[in-house]
Amino acid sequence: MCLAIPGKIVELLSEDRSLAVVDVLGVRRKVDLGLLQEDQPTTGDWVLIHVGFAMSKINESDALQQLHMLTKLGESEAAMEEVRGYGLGEAQETKSQAGP
Amino acid sequence: MRFVDEFREPELITRTADEIRRLADPKRHYRFMEVCGGHTHSIYRFGLKDLLPSNIELVHGPGCPVCVLPMGRIDDGLSIADAPGVIFTAFGDMMRVPGTRGSPLEHKARGTDVRIVYSPSDALKLARNNPDKHVIFFAIGFETTAPSTALTLMRAKAQGIRNFSVFCNHVTIIPAIRAILDSPDMRIDAFIGPGHVSTVIGCRPYAWIANNEEKPIVIAGFEPLDILQSVVMLLRQLNGNQKQVENQYKRAVPWEGNRGALKAMAEVFELRPYFEWRGLGFISQSALRIRELYAEWDAERCFTVPGVRVTDPKAAQCGEVLKGVLKPAQCKLFGKECTPERPVGALMVSSEGSCAAYYNYEHRKAPALTNLSEGPFL
Repeated sequence: MCLAIPGKIVELLSEDRSLAVVDVLGVRRKVDLGLLQEDQPTTGDWVLIHVGFAMSKINESDALQQLHMLTKLGESEAAMEEVRGYGLGEAQETKSQAGP
Repeated sequence: MRFVDEFREPELITRTADEIRRLADPKRHYRFMEVCGGHTHSIYRFGLKDLLPSNIELVHGPGCPVCVLPMGRIDDGLSIADAPGVIFTAFGDMMRVPGTRGSPLEHKARGTDVRIVYSPSDALKLARNNPDKHVIFFAIGFETTAPSTALTLMRAKAQGIRNFSVFCNHVTIIPAIRAILDSPDMRIDAFIGPGHVSTVIGCRPYAWIANNEEKPIVIAGFEPLDILQSVVMLLRQLNGNQKQVENQYKRAVPWEGNRGALKAMAEVFELRPYFEWRGLGFISQSALRIRELYAEWDAERCFTVPGVRVTDPKAAQCGEVLKGVLKPAQCKLFGKECTPERPVGALMVSSEGSCAAYYNYEHRKAPALTNLSEGPFL
């Protein structure tokens, strides 16, 4: 909960820029941007995500460093599970799922 | 030095550790409290203690939201979870936390509709999709997660979703630090301030620690280098007889915090007159409750909550460990009755809890770092 997950904004979804599709290492989920309305991020920006909400903007190298650290902390699986679990967006894996 | 090879910038780490040794006065004993559980996890994980001289002691603070929640609140939450037609939702961290009659997971096994959510907005979505049910979100966390709960409640109100409520356990970090400073058995020289809480509240709210309590505080990031650099900054302040709020984690923490997030919190929450913390007891104005304006979405108003108070299992010494008076391994239950697999106390449940961190990285001497698969990250 304390450790933020960095993600890159790939698409802004709503008129008021309150929802965006964010990519976390190939997993794409909808994330709420509603708490960054005073400093709105745009496509290509990196954000730190807590519980489905972008909480702050960071630069790319810091974002990659943070991903590295999550791995070292043994939290990467938990973080990816969290990202996959965000229910706001339907599964939008970059790798297409082979249908039955 | 155990893990130096694993660090991102090993030379810089070594240089910073040397700097710490140079700055630390060998005649002095330093007690620095890292307030945030994320820091505690990082410190154990990377064996940072091994890089510090023996006269610098890191004391683990109260910044693990799962750990500081008294058992009575868990019982209260679960008592309304058993009401007919209720879906009880909480973050995964909460699922194995023991209540008097078992954890949320054990309640689930007995038939209560308990579900893990990863975001409060997922709980709201569940309510939207289940109009014949009432969805309760068991909210925990410091200022890092409180704004998300606030915004979710604002959305529930705006969208007129009435089968949704929040059982609010959000707490605020500043009164907890104050309680620690007021506690007679605590002697802390300086603080390593929480990183992600500060992305929301900024650096200003810590000014009293420097000005009134005359203790240095450095807001720090979570990397080993961040933590070591913050120790350097604290030592420099102490050596120069300065007391300041400094921001080591500028890459994520603006001095002013996140005004949008603070605004959402102010719209939805107000301070409770007092709230009980595990280990620290009752602290005035230390937690948030839902304002009258959002009463319809307040689970404590929608349901009858027993308001139970439960003392921790006598043998477990979570309180002393939480205050830094005892080290995890000094608790009688540590590693015996209480393990991460079968936790008795909350400090053993969360990976941010100091007992779980100590158990995983010190007690068990987990070869985790060396055997760690790189996972999906880098």
